[in-house]
Amino acid sequence: MIGMPPPATGGITSNSDSVFVLTLALLLIAPLILAGLALINTGLGRSRSAAQALLGNVAIVSVAAIVFALVGAAVAGSLSVAGHAFHLAGKSWDWIGSGSLLLGGFGSAPAHEQLGLLFELQAAAFAALIPWGSGADRLRLAAGCALTAVLSALVFPLTAHWIWGSGWLAQLDRNFSLGAGFLDPGGAATVHALGGLSALAVVWIAGPRRGKFPREGLSTAMPGHQVVYVLFGSLLSLVGWLAWNTAGAILWLHAPLNTLPVDAVNTLLSAAAALLATLLVTRIRFGKPDASLCANGWLAGLVASTGCAAFITPGDSIAVGMIAGVVTPVLVEVLELALSIDDPSGAITVHGVAGLWGLLAGGLFASQPGQLLAQLVGIATLLGFVLPLVYLFFAILNRLVPFRVDPDGERIGMDLHELGGGAYPEFVIHRDESYR
Amino acid sequence: MKYAGLLLMPAGFFLTIAALVLFPDPLHRGIFVVCALAVEAAGLSAAVRGHISPRGESRP
Repeated sequence: MIGMPPPATGGITSNSDSVFVLTLALLLIAPLILAGLALINTGLGRSRSAAQALLGNVAIVSVAAIVFALVGAAVAGSLSVAGHAFHLAGKSWDWIGSGSLLLGGFGSAPAHEQLGLLFELQAAAFAALIPWGSGADRLRLAAGCALTAVLSALVFPLTAHWIWGSGWLAQLDRNFSLGAGFLDPGGAATVHALGGLSALAVVWIAGPRRGKFPREGLSTAMPGHQVVYVLFGSLLSLVGWLAWNTAGAILWLHAPLNTLPVDAVNTLLSAAAALLATLLVTRIRFGKPDASLCANGWLAGLVASTGCAAFITPGDSIAVGMIAGVVTPVLVEVLELALSIDDPSGAITVHGVAGLWGLLAGGLFASQPGQLLAQLVGIATLLGFVLPLVYLFFAILNRLVPFRVDPDGERIGMDLHELGGGAYPEFVIHRDESYR
Repeated sequence: MKYAGLLLMPAGFFLTIAALVLFPDPLHRGIFVVCALAVEAAGLSAAVRGHISPRGESRP
């Protein structure tokens, strides 16, 4: 028991001690993803908004943690087995958790439920950081905190209950004989698809940055101000991601310890294959590799791995990553040039599309019959229920807390407008050509 | 157009639920779920097109 006396009741058995300690250790490393994502979000924005962007990342993690602990954990049913269910066609449809508010009963809950709640707490913050990057340079700090509160209190917990708890998607196997139920051990749906679809809703509601789409010609290039942050953030994320995917496999798939190294190797292989594929695509497309798109490709590989790394082979992981790496730069360009979607961090593609691809790949490469259909049902739920719900919530929220900063604030930069000082006070902020 | 698209997406979701309830046969259920996804894709496409801002609108 690692120098500790055995627990009296409801604790862990000696056989599961090592699993408990390992999972806890992994979950203490996993927040490196949040640090990496914060650097990426900041680096892909403009220098005049860097301090506001980074402060926003910290504020969002704080709001997500508090709101999920107060309300979200009850909705997710993190500490209880059964949720509220209705009966339809002779089946039980568990649709919302029935936990206690304010983390009631957390201290006396079984060890695996405590770890599950810690995982979900971090996942709530992770999901909320994703749309913040897409709203860079025009999304107000108050709006970022408000949309985080909505995501952490309602939308994320509902999705987490359906998939990780005892919800109807997790019970597709028992109720409808679909594979092993909807599988999402690393949060490809609950974190990335939800975050990416939320990013789409934010971009739709807030609109593009001023000057991004001029009357004539192509869209104005507004490259990130610090690609070193972006690349270092990508590397930092890898460390957290290896821990995250492994912890997810233990918690949600009850994976045996001897399968965990394969999970970690698959995660790394997926990211590596995606990076190389993006590097090749951008080399062919632009004549030289594009650093920020390569970082996006790397992240897309990691995101795709969250949906399937725990139960596919290393060869399959390389294929999953390669496809994510090819699709990412192409789709980033299509969204901007053809669909006039201004997404500075590329989160819609990197998290939304790659997350959905990871879930689909889980169905394609899984060995259980019916798993592909289970994954398709989950994907249909994300697109058909979660996206409209998030859009509705955000549209209402935008009336109460306007998402977009006023034109003057956007012109002088979010740092000066919202914080009264810039991230780089000794830099000369030169005139923006797009404002001629 | 964007609201029509956003309403079409939940219609696809309810088709998915209907597929689970109405079709015990995996083949028919699968075909119905794929059709539901196609409905959602059509809704998403309409919503995306409805949100495309006219060129120059973002220019001050």
